[in-house]
Amino acid sequence: MTNRSKNILMLLAVILLAVLPLLFVNGDFGGADDAAEQAIAELSPSYRPWFSSLFELPSETESMLFALQAAIGAGFIGYVIGWFKGKSKAQ
Amino acid sequence: MKVQKTASTLLLILGFTLYFAVNEPQSAYAMHIMEGFLPLGWAIFWWVLFLPFFILGLRALIRITKETPELKIMLGLAGAFTFVLSALKIPSVTGSSSHPTGTGLGAVMFGALPMSVLGSIVLLFQALLLAHGGLTTLGANAFSMAVIGPIIGYTVYKGMMKSTGKQKLAIFTAAASADLSTYVVTSIQMALAFPAESGGILVSFVKFGGIFALTQIPLAISEGILTVLIWNWLQTYSSEELSVLQRKMKGANQS
Repeated sequence: MTNRSKNILMLLAVILLAVLPLLFVNGDFGGADDAAEQAIAELSPSYRPWFSSLFELPSETESMLFALQAAIGAGFIGYVIGWFKGKSKAQ
Repeated sequence: MKVQKTASTLLLILGFTLYFAVNEPQSAYAMHIMEGFLPLGWAIFWWVLFLPFFILGLRALIRITKETPELKIMLGLAGAFTFVLSALKIPSVTGSSSHPTGTGLGAVMFGALPMSVLGSIVLLFQALLLAHGGLTTLGANAFSMAVIGPIIGYTVYKGMMKSTGKQKLAIFTAAASADLSTYVVTSIQMALAFPAESGGILVSFVKFGGIFALTQIPLAISEGILTVLIWNWLQTYSSEELSVLQRKMKGANQS
């Protein structure tokens, strides 16, 4: 198997790992820390969070920032790989 | 070559289409200990435990950039990888979502210490801008994700390179265990702070482990694969930097 087809197979595995739960698991896929919050409420019902986030963004803005986070990171990774590729070609 | 390139692009598009078709967008907070959800004593405890690693990590970073400035770009890459992966909230078999940590790659390349800084920068970004995790719980979250995760990842990598010598397998296992151990530690931290009335810490640990660690298993596998993928890319194009990495760093040596 060539390296490229190995890479494709691995990419496929990652996609399947994310898509299959959506198809076969019946859940609302909220965050794991929401579930933890409920667990705390059961374990120690009297506990109240003593500090809250400085500000909480609307969920739309938050998803924008998450996308931005991924985009900045992915952009830099793309830059580095392109840089390496150009360097190896020049040699 | 050309056909395969087209095939992989098509696969990517298909994957994302499927993903967005079945995934209803929603606001999800997906990981780590939430702001204010550790009692003050524990919050301080984990901060105190984390800080020495952060300082050692800073020193390691300064040393690396001074001695081998050509590796700066690799450090950036390790940081960017953590940045991307911790933004990917992936649905899991437990019916809730969480995200990978991305600290395994840097730990394999540079050893565990530099990741204590890179990882906590990502956590700070998420705590400040995304109300995700928190400032009071940053010490605890950084300890699990930026300290213990990389230490486990680095140890696993070294151990597997010694015993099997298969580098790709070692990287996969290292990244997956760095990811998974992060959430095991999170479960321990939660259990210590909230022991069950009957059964105590152990019962709590099982409960929190069922939430954090179980959700994380498929994600840890994904992270392992993604880390190997990026390693493959690096190997194709940057043999020079990789050989510098192998000469100078404690991690990343090939046998």
